[in-house]
Amino acid sequence: MTTVLELRAVSKTYLDGADEVHALREVDLAVEPGEMVAVMGPSGSGKSTLLTIAGALETPTAGEVLVAGRPLSSMSRDDRARLRRRVIGYVFQDFNLLPGLSAAENVALPLELDGVPAGKARTAALRTLEELGLADRASRFPDQLSGGERQRVAIARAVVGDRRLVLADEPTGALDSVNGEAVMRLILTACKGGVGAVVVTHDAQLASWADRVVFIRDGRVVDRTTPRGGPDSLLAEEAAR
Amino acid sequence: MSVRHALLALLSEGPKYGLQLREEFEARTGEVWPLNVGQVYTTLQRLERDGLVESDDDADPGPQKGFRITADGAEELAGWLRTPPDLASPPRDELVIKILVAVRLPGVDVQEVIQSHRRYLVEVMQQWTRLKEDAGDLDLGLALVVDAELYRLDSVVRWLDTADGRLKRAALESPAATTAPGPRIRRRAGVRR
Repeated sequence: MTTVLELRAVSKTYLDGADEVHALREVDLAVEPGEMVAVMGPSGSGKSTLLTIAGALETPTAGEVLVAGRPLSSMSRDDRARLRRRVIGYVFQDFNLLPGLSAAENVALPLELDGVPAGKARTAALRTLEELGLADRASRFPDQLSGGERQRVAIARAVVGDRRLVLADEPTGALDSVNGEAVMRLILTACKGGVGAVVVTHDAQLASWADRVVFIRDGRVVDRTTPRGGPDSLLAEEAAR
Repeated sequence: MSVRHALLALLSEGPKYGLQLREEFEARTGEVWPLNVGQVYTTLQRLERDGLVESDDDADPGPQKGFRITADGAEELAGWLRTPPDLASPPRDELVIKILVAVRLPGVDVQEVIQSHRRYLVEVMQQWTRLKEDAGDLDLGLALVVDAELYRLDSVVRWLDTADGRLKRAALESPAATTAPGPRIRRRAGVRR
């Protein structure tokens, strides 16, 4: 299967007045289908820049980004826009649902913007809402949903259609811990369906839902977790104490 | 953890056998804290000695011997539930000591030391989260135990993050500050003498 996201020696430099700011320095990262990777670091470490570059919203100063095997640098502006609509789903901290549209209409919107006929888009939206356990919320408007439900609808919108990559920036930031957990379970469900996900966060509890955690500091990847075995080994350690 | 009070709690629901107590204890703590049967019987003997439980006098000691809570036992349990655990006096935390040593030791990259502990903690948190994920919402006891463990580990990660930020700021303000001996610590040590 094709790696859904690959960053090869990606650097990003901004000019702040006369000063050069190195937001990212030679970052390598690969995300496979079905995998959730968390990028953890303090504020200002470059983790949000990493997400906007991975999502084709910004271009790197150096290095190469491949989404679903295709290098972004060789794509036309239109191709990149199409990729953003069809292949990549975004989840933001503040949900970004359109208040005048129902949950189903919000989820169908990216498909309709991509030229899918309204009826087909609606069917796909309802199917995604159902897969994520939100079928009974389909006709509600955002102000009739709780914060947790709004974010779950936002995740449905991020995975609807044939998305391969979900990018989430502090997706549970505005939620209490129980709703935050529901959101992470939902992203995991999407991953089990084959999408790759990158979750950017400063929160260790959130990061611990990921298969792998990458630590970023001053624009550089400084460390990553290695799997320590399943929960059984944890209980064995407890028992040995 | 108080096995003594956990057994009293189980007996407050009605009389039970030793083996049954062990099974119920493990089931209700999400099977995270295994208990051996010897531990159960030793604890029951002490509880009986202290008049907090009673046993069937005529039965042989062993799996068929039944136990029930006494009025004193119920009072002890009620008191224990409301007694705060000793969290007030700071423990001599091994990790805190390691970071304090790393700060003072020449040639040690403190940030690298902090990161290695942060990575380990997050790896352990991943395992606990996996346990919660596998169990779903059904096992309430397990979910509560796992949440407690995750919050405990999370608080250590947050402390490391804060230490990291504090050291970074200190290094910016005065590059020598993180390696020079701390006058305030010396003064305190002086007071103790």
